[in-house]
Amino acid sequence: MKLPAFPQVFARVIARLPAWPPSVAFAAACNRAAWPTLGELDWSAAHGKRFRVHVKDVGLSMYLSVHESGLRPEKTGPVDVTFTATAEDFARLSLRLEDPDTLFFNRRLLIEGDTDLGLTLKNLLDAVDWDELARRMPLALGWVAQAARQRLLPAPT
Amino acid sequence: MPLLELICPAGSLPALKAAVDHGADGVYLGLKDNTNARNFAGLNFDEKSLKEGIRYAQGRGRKVLMALNTYPQPATLPRWHKAVDTAAELGVNAIILADPGLMGYALKTHPDLRLHLSVQGSATSYEAVNFYRERFGIQRAVLPRVLSLAQVENVVDNTDVEIELFGFGGLCVMVEGRCLLSSYACGDSPNTFGACSPGHAVRWEQTAKGMETRLNGVLIDRYADHEKAGYPTLCKGRFEVQGETYYALEEPTSLNSLEMLPEMARMGIAAVKIEGRQRSPAYVAQVTRVWRAAIDSVKRAPEQFKALPAWMAELAKVSEGSMNTLGAYYRPWK
Repeated sequence: MKLPAFPQVFARVIARLPAWPPSVAFAAACNRAAWPTLGELDWSAAHGKRFRVHVKDVGLSMYLSVHESGLRPEKTGPVDVTFTATAEDFARLSLRLEDPDTLFFNRRLLIEGDTDLGLTLKNLLDAVDWDELARRMPLALGWVAQAARQRLLPAPT
Repeated sequence: MPLLELICPAGSLPALKAAVDHGADGVYLGLKDNTNARNFAGLNFDEKSLKEGIRYAQGRGRKVLMALNTYPQPATLPRWHKAVDTAAELGVNAIILADPGLMGYALKTHPDLRLHLSVQGSATSYEAVNFYRERFGIQRAVLPRVLSLAQVENVVDNTDVEIELFGFGGLCVMVEGRCLLSSYACGDSPNTFGACSPGHAVRWEQTAKGMETRLNGVLIDRYADHEKAGYPTLCKGRFEVQGETYYALEEPTSLNSLEMLPEMARMGIAAVKIEGRQRSPAYVAQVTRVWRAAIDSVKRAPEQFKALPAWMAELAKVSEGSMNTLGAYYRPWK
């Protein structure tokens, strides 16, 4: 089951938009939906560090940092680490359908900058209990996330 | 003695649950420090997640093995002793050790704690394995991935110690437990720091010429856009040798010995280990599912066993460099 590719014409338009609103929206959504679960892990090694999530096919970049209270949107500028992948691969990673190292071997995920910080963020996201995360999301969102994951999971071998 | 137990990697609690849920007989894991050889940022278990992991696995009849397979240094020895004590107190099924000094401590302090010899101990002969048995009472040895199957059989036939073999995952160059390449490049020995090519020394950068991998500032590979990448280790870099640039030491590839399962069953291999504590729960689920099906199949009817193309494709997908090898196991001349 594949997610549809993002149309290039929209990507070119989005790339010209400022990064601040998407960063604000993403941080707010993540803090509301996921931070109650994510916040139980020890993010102290990443506190105050700036990172960029670059969705390359959509032409979108989000600038963020992690703090005790959750994600914070950041203005554009130099960052400590950048993650680059397509929207579909980021979605598959977030739904835990794909292994980040596999994507890296296949050149579909790039981590540039402070590798240790990149690994910290990657490994901490892997340590999140996904069922718990979906259960604690606002009801409709949790249901959509679980349904999407079940739909996209590979059939048993 | 067990036969072909499936031992799967757990770098986090979700990975442990994925292994258990997809049919692992046991998981192996480590603490969040340099007492184990996958000391990467954000990975591994603290006491709370370890307790929950043990409860989850043992509650479902599976084993938890704790890797304490680095070599303590005099100044920090108490950390290793405390880790052994924690393992014993929380009730793991065994600890996996490489350092004889630590084995001595474990034997003296916790005589009932089961000891496994780590691959980092680099024991490649039955004499070496039996030495650890006589002196420290080890009950299982994980053999380095440097022996052919004929050599493995020679070990199995001459020891009472259970033998565990690597079945799948990343490969090291042929000096397991004794490799100095990462230490040479980064200044941190994997056997004491707990990581080969530690994150602080690795830099990836997309340049006009391709994606560059640097280890402590040294360019070790550059990938064109169509090329698959490997882990940022010195042994898997491409180097210029006499005017030619190529994988001078080893290609990025993964071990996959699945088609040798009937041979392993015949020889009485106690356990098969899947590499990859640094990998995600998604990888653990994918690989565990395939190996569970394959081991069940070989136990049911070893003569009829066939490595199904669907299994092999699934494993190739998650492999380093997207390539598989039988490694040293297959040496028809030996």
